[in-house]
Amino acid sequence: MENSPLFRSGHTACAGCGQAIAARLVIEAAGANTIIANSTGCLEVFTTKYPETAWGVPWIHSLFENSSAVASGIEAALIYLGKKDSTNVIAQGGDGSTGDIGIQALSGMLERGHDILYVCYDNEAYMNTGVQRSGLTPFDTNTTTSPQGAQSTGNLRPKKPVPEICAAHGIPYVATASAGFAQDLTRKVKKAISIKGPKYIQIHVPCPLGWRYETNQMLSVAKLAVETGLYPLFEYEFGVLAGARQITPKPVEEYLKTQGRFKHLLNSPEEIKKVQAVADNNIKKYNLKAEV
Amino acid sequence: MFGPLNVNPSKAKSGKTGSWRTLLRPHYLHKNCIACRMCLMICPEGCVQGKEKNAFSVDYNYCKGCGLCADICPKKDITMVPEEAKAEDK
Amino acid sequence: MKEFVEGSHAIAEIIKATSPGVISAYPITPQTHIVEDLAQMVANGEIKSQFVNVESEHSAASVVLGASATGVRVYTATSSQGLFYMQEVVFNIAGMRLPVVMTCANRAVSAPINIWNDQQDSISLRDAGWVQIYAENNQEAVDFHLIAYRLAEDKRVMLPVMVCMDGFILTHGMEMVDMPEQEKVNKFLPGYNPLYKLDTANPISMGLLADPDYYMETRFAIQETMKSSIDYLSEISVEFNSVFGRDYKDLLVEEYHTKDAEKVIVAMGSVCGTIKEVVDQQRAKGKKVGLLRLISYRPFPYARVYEALKDVPKVAVLDKAVSLGAYAPIAVELKAAFYGKKKGPKVISSFVAGLGGRDITLESIDEVFRRLTVKEVNSDFIDLKPELLKEEYGE
Repeated sequence: MENSPLFRSGHTACAGCGQAIAARLVIEAAGANTIIANSTGCLEVFTTKYPETAWGVPWIHSLFENSSAVASGIEAALIYLGKKDSTNVIAQGGDGSTGDIGIQALSGMLERGHDILYVCYDNEAYMNTGVQRSGLTPFDTNTTTSPQGAQSTGNLRPKKPVPEICAAHGIPYVATASAGFAQDLTRKVKKAISIKGPKYIQIHVPCPLGWRYETNQMLSVAKLAVETGLYPLFEYEFGVLAGARQITPKPVEEYLKTQGRFKHLLNSPEEIKKVQAVADNNIKKYNLKAEV
Repeated sequence: MFGPLNVNPSKAKSGKTGSWRTLLRPHYLHKNCIACRMCLMICPEGCVQGKEKNAFSVDYNYCKGCGLCADICPKKDITMVPEEAKAEDK
Repeated sequence: MKEFVEGSHAIAEIIKATSPGVISAYPITPQTHIVEDLAQMVANGEIKSQFVNVESEHSAASVVLGASATGVRVYTATSSQGLFYMQEVVFNIAGMRLPVVMTCANRAVSAPINIWNDQQDSISLRDAGWVQIYAENNQEAVDFHLIAYRLAEDKRVMLPVMVCMDGFILTHGMEMVDMPEQEKVNKFLPGYNPLYKLDTANPISMGLLADPDYYMETRFAIQETMKSSIDYLSEISVEFNSVFGRDYKDLLVEEYHTKDAEKVIVAMGSVCGTIKEVVDQQRAKGKKVGLLRLISYRPFPYARVYEALKDVPKVAVLDKAVSLGAYAPIAVELKAAFYGKKKGPKVISSFVAGLGGRDITLESIDEVFRRLTVKEVNSDFIDLKPELLKEEYGE
């Protein structure tokens, strides 16, 4: 007997997958009275290869960019059937399906005010197709389509601020979370589920294959992202910053040296300075520095 | 009707992903466990079971040997052992 | 009850009578009047449907997909670019075996941008796994929506159905329509009872990854269902006639003076009204001409077409669409229907007319009959303006 009837063992995620951890925590926090609409991507592929399924809740996959719209249809049907108050609806996908190809459908879902929680599993590149750059790939990251080379230090653009884009819709709740902070993640999902209206949670989910670190290092990698200020954990309520997890900032180099995707930066103090500036900006913007 | 490929999870097949382990497997020492459930929470496979102290176990049918349970255990009560040690484990 | 109504309004009225749980659409000319009327009905409280105002056709199709998967009857409508924008969802809906019903207000496709009628949009999506039926007039457009839901939701079928009606000509045309009474609609079309749905009481996973071990059978299953739907359409037609007193025969084709005809035009949609008028005129002059009107384009009724035309010497296929670089779409099917058969027309000529809303007049149809000679022609454009082609652009 598997320990989680809602997200079962036997799926085909890579060993140590951060997304698998986060996805299980999300559905366990949301509970059995939940319907999920899932975008195309790693999570979809590794949980539902016919005739297998890892999902113990009603679950549907349609396409890459439309989980927000499919979830909108599910929610509308539940309202028509008089079942909405007893059923949670979750739309979920990776960073590419959320912030790039699916951002129009996501914006539409938020703007229309559907009572849906959108969960973005952010592993910062198109992992399912082999680690190509997405709009949410961080600055200076080496991916297969933003490779480091004589003329390039990797991804030359900053990470797309999807949580802020969502918050700008004035929706009741936006949060970031991390697979490395399980209790915080569970709390945020439960909080989101308790609020009526559109909610957005973006979870930082380390990917051992795409980020190039040993499978047992997920926790320290995830924690360093938060502790350096590169992945701030914050909450927005109705478009206003409502709080952030306080940190005693560590230098970004500690995070960068844990992963192969940043290896090319380690001998370049200049580039590390630029990445440090990203963290410093976050620390200032979200007021992350703990009072000493 | 064949075609929509809908699957009822209660009847679904489930891949035995334990065969993926090549080098290491977690070994639960059952000495200093405080039942904090961290190993259960972190397991990407959701294949750790248990409630009481020193009574947690992993389902080797599914465990892929990632080592996260051993890494997170605050009491160092889980160690990664070579896969060859299978027999004595049982 | 007979009413003098605009086509779009009549469609909105019949959709209201089918009580869909969820309606979702994105505005595009010439579909707009249909969804505006439905939005008003929802605003007035005349129907309890949820009306989801989406940000694109891609999402309109995705919303009805999600709602249909949750077990309610759904409706959407679109046209031209809108249909193309939702194309991947259109294929997806069929593959997931969801009984979505859609109106396609047929319109030309860009570029150049053109809002007027031809049938390039729906015909380009012929391989999507949707049943496609084409209305000649607004009475049919209304009736075909009831038939569409009956067929789509039939547990032997579970495929989406597209009701195609020519943009502006039908959608904005005022005609007398015998609007089906609600009691009769309820009798003919009971509430939707889904075969499978997203339900927390009995969770299932839908839309799974199928590897090479499973994919082909899903396609084969749709192909077989399409073939069987030829018979189901005829069955449903009999029932429809018994409730409403309108006989659409087998719902596959309409034969108009084909029995002894020497020349027959094959066509689809509202242009058939014009062709019938020409056939009447020429018959009055003693000319043996006729019309074979296609109602169902997918599934394509090869056997019925063969039966209807096997003794006709000359056939002209009139397409309101093209397959650029190949024979016109309906012409291809006609030639296939007779290939390798003992009987059949000596000549199957193919004509293209009415693209981008160019009027197909009585004279245009006369011209088709004139050009239908012993010399077979392919993709012969009717009412072309050769003088325009002399203009040159660029260096």
